[in-house]
Amino acid sequence: MEVLLPVVLKTLFIIGVAVGAFAPVITWIERKQSAVMQDRIGANRADIAGITVLGLLHPLADVIKLLTKEDVVPAGANRVMHMLAPVIAAVPAIASFAVIPYGGIYQFGDTTVNLVVADLDWGLLYVFAIASIATYGTVIAGWASNNNWSLLGSLRASAQMISYEVTMGLSVVGVFMVFQTLRLTDMGVAQDSTFRIFGFLEHFGLVESLGFLGHLTLPSWGILLQPLGFIMFLTCVMAENKRAPFDLPEGESEIIAGYFLEYSGMRFGLFYMSEFIEVVVIAALMTAIFLGGWSIPWLSQADIIGGITPVFGAGVATALCMVLHVVTFFVKVIVMIWLQMQIRWTLPRPRYDQVMDLCWKVMLPLSLANILVTGLVILLIQGAKS
Amino acid sequence: MSAPAVFFYLFGAAAVVSALAMVLNVRNTVAAAMSLVVTMISLAVVYVTLEAHLVAALQILVYAGAIVVVFLFVVMLLNLRRDTFAPSRQLLTKGAGVVLALGVAGAFLQLVPQALPTVQEIPPDFGSYAAVGRTLYRDFVLPFEVTSFLLLAAIVGAVVLAKRRLD
Repeated sequence: MEVLLPVVLKTLFIIGVAVGAFAPVITWIERKQSAVMQDRIGANRADIAGITVLGLLHPLADVIKLLTKEDVVPAGANRVMHMLAPVIAAVPAIASFAVIPYGGIYQFGDTTVNLVVADLDWGLLYVFAIASIATYGTVIAGWASNNNWSLLGSLRASAQMISYEVTMGLSVVGVFMVFQTLRLTDMGVAQDSTFRIFGFLEHFGLVESLGFLGHLTLPSWGILLQPLGFIMFLTCVMAENKRAPFDLPEGESEIIAGYFLEYSGMRFGLFYMSEFIEVVVIAALMTAIFLGGWSIPWLSQADIIGGITPVFGAGVATALCMVLHVVTFFVKVIVMIWLQMQIRWTLPRPRYDQVMDLCWKVMLPLSLANILVTGLVILLIQGAKS
Repeated sequence: MSAPAVFFYLFGAAAVVSALAMVLNVRNTVAAAMSLVVTMISLAVVYVTLEAHLVAALQILVYAGAIVVVFLFVVMLLNLRRDTFAPSRQLLTKGAGVVLALGVAGAFLQLVPQALPTVQEIPPDFGSYAAVGRTLYRDFVLPFEVTSFLLLAAIVGAVVLAKRRLD
């Protein structure tokens, strides 16, 4: 029992925040942000007794509408598969949260608290494995609907998702090499530190001649150590999520709505929600791998706890640090969600062959080159140290 | 029974049932392919209970996530129905299948009891990506590279066969 309780609490917390709070709110943010970018006002009509709360009641109105709509299964469709497809699409998105740490490891007396549901040694591999299952949701949806547009959409989706899975894996290999781990908690701990920008000159005895420049530090975040990896991984996960500019499986100007064309009511709602849950998953994953996770730049966990302990005592200081870290994590998640929305409403949709060319002819060679260069640099640094 | 043991038998049974469902489902090819996915995922859970974490992840990533998707792709595009196969050939394949299955079962029953290793304590990092990686890239690096070369040759061969005219 004492093993299960923390796991259940952590699961409820992350699911509650990410799926219960973030996902509905970002459907509203997406409308508002697109409205701002297109010089419109955006969703502001749904109200309860005249109170609109900036249009924040729209997600609620959406849910009521979706729940009360008729659930149509087209004639000739495979009923069971048609029913299962949205579930297969939504479950992997939610299950990914199991390994994403939203806080560090804290010591309260004898008990250690680490803020991740399952601290797996192979955490990132788990995320990739789970994400690859999501392909079935779209493929089955398109096939079971007995509609040629749907089938075309699901063919596009499966080809796109399989292709980008390859590059997605390869683009973070550089990060594995830098942090020497696949465990997301370890990555977070590794990023909770700083490195000197010109530290590599030390081996040539040049740091002293730089004066204050030699002491300039940057947080050792993935984005600073693997900038190319960051850009490529973001591109790949956005292609995996099939949102614009990678929304060719939906491509409404060509194939109406693609794989979920024959879905209505809450089944459509599930596809819609899983897309937004994936936006949160992507933001959380990018934060954990590239943006330092829960860490506050230039202020390590030891510094924070050490700084507050004389005032409040060790227990309260650790608890405060924990809260601070969780808040930091979600602030970074919000920044990443904003970035995805900005990209989604800025870039137009390319042609399908261009999407595939980008994956196989540009990103794949680049990610391999990134691995090679990262390996060489790591060897050079190790050589210089020894 | 401990929790891993419960999961082992539960998902072992699921793997067997879904594998049978795949083979016996001749009416709906897509449903059969989906049964295969369930088999793959159940096997992955079995690997997790056996502490082979990397193999479990790769099982889902490669087999369930990529290979069976390509199967589905082909099945959906061809849209095969039962009458696509001539009945006489179906009988032949069924007969051959039964003979083969009996042969495999016989060999299995004969070989497995003597091939079962004695129970050993596993090393602490057993099945982790680090341990598998060390074994693969240090002890077996030559067979590994040869295999990748073979796969490359297979891919090139497939492309040459599929293209009517090389340009």
